[in-house]
Amino acid sequence: MSNIKVLNPGINVTIQDMGRPRHQHLGVPVSGALDPDALRLANALVGNGEACEALEIRMLGPTLEVAADAVRVALAGSRAELEILGQEPVRLPAHQSVRLVRGQKFRVGALPDGSTATLAIEGGLAVPQVYASRSTYSRAGIGGLEGRALREGDLLPLQLATAEARGERRLANDAYLDDGGPFRVILGPQRDFFTDEATALFLASVYTVTRDADRMGMRLDGPVLSHARGYNIVSDGIVTGAVQVPGNGLPIILLADHQTTGGYPKLAAVISADIPRLGRLRPGDEIRFEETTVEAAEAERKAREARLRRLIEGMAPAGAWLDEAALYRENLISGIVEETSSGV
Amino acid sequence: MGTNNDQPSIEPRFLPAGDTALVVEYGETVDPLINRRVRQLAAAVDANRLAGIIDLVPTMRSLMIHYDPLVLSQAALIDAVTPLIAATPDLSGIARRWRIPVCYEGDCAPDMAVVAEALSMTPQAVIDRHTAADLEVFMMGFLPGFPYLGLLPEIFDLPRRPEPRVKVPPRSISVAARQTTIYTIESPGGWHLIGRTPIDFYDPDRAEPILVTAGDSVRFEAVSTTAYQAIRQAVVAGTHDLQCEIINE
Repeated sequence: MSNIKVLNPGINVTIQDMGRPRHQHLGVPVSGALDPDALRLANALVGNGEACEALEIRMLGPTLEVAADAVRVALAGSRAELEILGQEPVRLPAHQSVRLVRGQKFRVGALPDGSTATLAIEGGLAVPQVYASRSTYSRAGIGGLEGRALREGDLLPLQLATAEARGERRLANDAYLDDGGPFRVILGPQRDFFTDEATALFLASVYTVTRDADRMGMRLDGPVLSHARGYNIVSDGIVTGAVQVPGNGLPIILLADHQTTGGYPKLAAVISADIPRLGRLRPGDEIRFEETTVEAAEAERKAREARLRRLIEGMAPAGAWLDEAALYRENLISGIVEETSSGV
Repeated sequence: MGTNNDQPSIEPRFLPAGDTALVVEYGETVDPLINRRVRQLAAAVDANRLAGIIDLVPTMRSLMIHYDPLVLSQAALIDAVTPLIAATPDLSGIARRWRIPVCYEGDCAPDMAVVAEALSMTPQAVIDRHTAADLEVFMMGFLPGFPYLGLLPEIFDLPRRPEPRVKVPPRSISVAARQTTIYTIESPGGWHLIGRTPIDFYDPDRAEPILVTAGDSVRFEAVSTTAYQAIRQAVVAGTHDLQCEIINE
């Protein structure tokens, strides 16, 4: 069996794909990647289908060991480095694929920028599907590896026995990580549960992401929003990006693991084009909101999709230095066993 | 079920939930007639399913239509749904009626004494009323496979517990606000626990992990602690036959 061994699990590293969106009517949360664009880019770098499952890293990445002849991995969604451990560690930038061989140890440390990064693995991980998805939903123990985050000593079963040697790929331009500006929102569906003053205050103020943030949602700190008609509603549906406001008047933005229904009024929803960077926010980040329309949001989403397509189609061969570095490591780790066969 | 003359003649509102979902809201209250209208619209949209519709989530008082904005615009979705609002498809033929054993005593029912006192009745009277009628599954939510059932008699209009429990055991039967639910997995919860069923409403290892869906009906049947334990053993061993009949197929 080909595996990746977990030497150090990092914090809340989970297996995620594009989630299970078609079972919300049974109360099953969607889950899936907090930053779906990073998942697609990382998968494209290793040659996977864009929706393949990968490891989602939150704040602090894992240390892993290759327990297969070879694996190919790529990191996206952050400018964190992928560090290949050894006597002379090699640090590889994110957004390029690398092939590692049996016994090599590698890690992603503390993320230097956002809260979320994605480590794709060629072929994906051989864990069972639950409702057509391998995404982990820890709260109900669904999906991923035993329905939970990685632990020390875990073996992540690989779909592929090995990764063939071939040219590596890199992303030509990682400027997508610099997307900024206010988060665009569409007001509603319970806009009428708030005073006009509260809505204006929400759109005019700076909010800070608190430490109370996980895959279900993040609480914000900032001006308190007044409800016009109380803060309990008869439960209705929830979308990822919904801005719900409980009794204390401080907004919570709901993320991938949100419940399918809920009983707090929702003042607005972040548009789908802004969901990937929402998933990268970390505690302490200051954010603003800006009202937009459904039509404008649809145009933004199409533009974002077109940009992602261009990024994937524009992926370039990785620089020769990377291949040399990888080969150098390979020979250091595996000694001279490949010398005769590969002629290196 | 499904006759047309008991429908409230209200016009729903279309409300955006961002650019990936549309809410069709029939009301803001707990009303079985409104809920039935919501589920009828869900059935009609499902029968005329547009490309790009991802999921239809009926709730007590509104339908959320999740869709892919790269395939379908919200304006086109509204145009397609509007003519379906006047249609009232027959909901018969999809309903299933479940008979669910519940132990209402001892450790299975930690809040029974409190609930009986709040309702000024004996525990047996609470049980009699909880098992008296077929209850409709209004909606699913909160947890995988978690149904909201009702309506219970008016006397069950209880507020939630002042402090939610951190851990509610799986398969607990709870009541609040004239509704009753089954906690499918261990979870925090604020409703009053008056019983426990040996039946799994969510079992990831079962061919169909989730037991019931909106539109089904459930009749609870009181069983003793001994019977509860015997049924539970059979469920775990995979030898228990679930009692379900299809109505009006």
